[in-house]
Amino acid sequence: MNITELTVHELQEKIKNKELTSEQITKAYIDRINEKENDVAAFVTICNDSLEQSKKIDEELNKENNIADGSLKGIPIGIKDNICTKGIKTTCSSKMLENFISPYDATVIEKIKSEQMPILGKLNMDEFAMGSSTENSAIKITHNPWNLNKVPGGSSGGSAAAVAANMVPWALGSDTGGSIREPASFCGVVGLKLTYGLVSRYGLVAFASSLDQIGPITKDVEDSAILLNVIAGHDEKDTTSYDRPKIDYTKSLKNDVKGLKIGVPKEFFGEGISEDVKAKLKESIEVYKSLGAEVEECSLGAVEYALATYYIIACAEASSNLGRFDGIRYGYRAKEFSDLKELYVNSRTEGFGDEVKRRIILGTYVLSSGYYDAYYKKAQKVRTYVKKQFDENFKKYDVLLTPVAPTTAFDIGQKKENPLEMYLADVCTVSINIASVPAISIPCGVGKDGMPIGMQLIGDRFSEEKLLNAAYTFEQKIKFRENYKPGFNK
Amino acid sequence: MSSKEDYELVVGLEVHAELSTKTKIFCSCSTEFGAEPNTHICPICTAMPGALPVLNEKVVEYAVKAGLSTNCSISKDSKNDRKNYFYPDLPKSYQISQFDKPLCNNGYVEIEDDFGNSKKVRILRIHIEEDAGKLNHNEYSGGSLVDLNRAGVPLIEIVSEPDINSSDEADRYLKKLKSILQYIDVSDCKMQEGSLRADVNVSVHKKGEPFGTRHEIKNMNSFKSIQRAIDYEKEKQIIDVENGKTITQETLRWDDFEGQTSEMRDKEDAQDYRYFPEPDLVAIRLSDEYIEDIKNNLPEMPESRKERYIKEFKLTEKEANFLVSSKAFSDIFEKAGEICKNYKAVFNWLNSDISRILNEKEFEPEQIPFSAENLAELVTLIDNGTISSSIGKKVLDELFENPREPKKIIEEKGWIQISDESAIKEVVMKVLQNNPQSIADFKAGKDKALAFLIGQAMKETKGKANPKMLTDMFLAELKK
Repeated sequence: MNITELTVHELQEKIKNKELTSEQITKAYIDRINEKENDVAAFVTICNDSLEQSKKIDEELNKENNIADGSLKGIPIGIKDNICTKGIKTTCSSKMLENFISPYDATVIEKIKSEQMPILGKLNMDEFAMGSSTENSAIKITHNPWNLNKVPGGSSGGSAAAVAANMVPWALGSDTGGSIREPASFCGVVGLKLTYGLVSRYGLVAFASSLDQIGPITKDVEDSAILLNVIAGHDEKDTTSYDRPKIDYTKSLKNDVKGLKIGVPKEFFGEGISEDVKAKLKESIEVYKSLGAEVEECSLGAVEYALATYYIIACAEASSNLGRFDGIRYGYRAKEFSDLKELYVNSRTEGFGDEVKRRIILGTYVLSSGYYDAYYKKAQKVRTYVKKQFDENFKKYDVLLTPVAPTTAFDIGQKKENPLEMYLADVCTVSINIASVPAISIPCGVGKDGMPIGMQLIGDRFSEEKLLNAAYTFEQKIKFRENYKPGFNK
Repeated sequence: MSSKEDYELVVGLEVHAELSTKTKIFCSCSTEFGAEPNTHICPICTAMPGALPVLNEKVVEYAVKAGLSTNCSISKDSKNDRKNYFYPDLPKSYQISQFDKPLCNNGYVEIEDDFGNSKKVRILRIHIEEDAGKLNHNEYSGGSLVDLNRAGVPLIEIVSEPDINSSDEADRYLKKLKSILQYIDVSDCKMQEGSLRADVNVSVHKKGEPFGTRHEIKNMNSFKSIQRAIDYEKEKQIIDVENGKTITQETLRWDDFEGQTSEMRDKEDAQDYRYFPEPDLVAIRLSDEYIEDIKNNLPEMPESRKERYIKEFKLTEKEANFLVSSKAFSDIFEKAGEICKNYKAVFNWLNSDISRILNEKEFEPEQIPFSAENLAELVTLIDNGTISSSIGKKVLDELFENPREPKKIIEEKGWIQISDESAIKEVVMKVLQNNPQSIADFKAGKDKALAFLIGQAMKETKGKANPKMLTDMFLAELKK
């Protein structure tokens, strides 16, 4: 048995049946990390003491004759490095926070700790979650396990690559404009972006507050449902989180989509989307039809404006959110300065990377007086308009089916010097954040280049159950994980 | 040349009042003043990465109270906004405030104008926001140290329309506002702790002409300085206009020592705060019932207390006005009067000796260090003859210096009045024996001689002799 090949629901079974201990599992992952980290470079921080935690958890597990169904005790996890962990560095892959240790745990980390899940480490990302390739990390460049010359996507590239490379059983990422789904698509794993407000943001280092959501990156859909059970719920520390009845999301996996109404918005299949991607998506549509779903073309014209709207709102909020990194209380402070202004300017100039600075400047510009109405205010109006179009579609359809990214994973360095081209990688994902709705990225095949292709299913707000079932049913049919595996090609 | 009388002064005030909630506006840290630096802080008010604000509902309640007490309409649909600027005392690099949807709009406060007529000063808006931290100069290293205890303490900003036309009116407006905030118990308004601060906008124009360009004097925290600053600016602006200078918009600071304003350095006038809606907080939605409930539970306001004092305690309007001018006075009056049942005596103490001492010490009434119970006891001790009123004054001094029960004070100091007949008789006889001339004077019709004799007896007893008994006994002896 190769432990690291197993999904979390398989690990749960093995622990319950006392076939595996937490120590064995964590040890297997630590070994795997040591074996693959040189190639993949997914980790910012590796927590070797997770092994000690596992040993202690095993002592408890040994005493339990009947381990509760659904227990996650002793199953480790990887965490994107923008989620605050007390006592473990939280760097956001930035020089600014290179040595920052949070004095508190994010709410999702508290939940993970209360499940007694050891943390294997903190995973690489684009600096402050700004990017689509993880090349904007100030710490290291993460490589795609399917082809080490390719990017893993971003910004949660470390999380997706680690899951794909079996270096963690599962991971938490964050999604502001596609940062969970695009890397999941590039790395052939499952990524779930949740309805805004379903999970607490407390302790997630803010990029764009009205768009950010934490979510699972997993080997399969069932694992996503399990992790969602852990992290979902109202948090009094985050007033934008919703108070809703608790749901067991694993119960929604029915392996049945008969009568499911799927809309395919034609705007997502236009220019810029590669033929490879289009072809795989068409096959996927046929799979759904064969499973008894009703599929028809629909329209979401407003997405034309989504990318521009996204970059205005996200950058505006980021320019304000990142003001706290000023070299005064924590984080990077320039060595040389002669007055307060220089302390600010030098610390931020030296501490932030180019993409972060670019977005701060953009955001500062769109909020400045004289431009506010033309950019920020207008973007808010378009946001309302985009939401309305999604609402109208969800009157007719249970889910919408689209590509996740225009192409498969691109080469490292290919788009680094062309920010606009890089922004286009988000064209299929940003409207989902703009509309605050959930979406899942699941692998639907590989392209001619042998790289995974993702399919995106979008649901109405708080329709995660429907979404998970639609993804699960598809996954059970095509059995992607059984048919394709990352090759670590160079 | 025109004369000063041809000019009209226009003043508008932006008053910041710290709310007296127990916890900060966006976290549960204490708002207590005077703690060791950086002991009332948490990830939220120090702006740790990932921390989020949660609006303290008490702050909304207090602001609504303030709005209702100043005749504002309360907005049922309000929100928070971010005001972005960099400064070391502002940990998030933005202040959470309210921009275009304040909680309260369009109210007014009634004051007396300079001619004794009633006048409404309109209030444009009241909004909620957070205070910043404090920079302390480090005497050792020469640098600055940031204390974030105050960061996140709730404030309301009360913005008046430019309806004030003299420094005296400004003073009356501020005092009225302060008194309202104290009566509704939303702010202690301790100027010395910076709980009440004001930005003062001043302009002048010739009568009948449009308003002049204003100068804004920032961050004033004494009513006296505000009056002086307004008078100074008025004078200066009139001279400038008379000399043909164009007045430009300026942000100034007031130097209380030099008695003049000066332009603030490095405060860019064109500061662009890039306000935008705070995405970390949901909109503030208030129901009619919520607002109605607060309205129905507002405490008794000064006007109504005043009427009650006139009716129940037979005070004159002037006397009642004096009491309600300060909630501290009014509260002590009611409480002490209730205990000792001698309201008139309590009033007299407050109006004369206590006011005098406060003046000498430059204290505000709320800084009275002793309790209403102490004052009531003092009144009772005089009323039942335990001490004389002149000893009473000494007791009051003690109460200011080291507040404790008056009974204990007089015991410690041995100030209990001598009311023992034989003891007093002894003193009277001794004084008469030593002052034959005074006896002769009295008999010759000089009443002053009696006062002299009583004085001598008081001296003999160190002021402890019961004055009534002393007088009676002298008269009896002299008439023998």
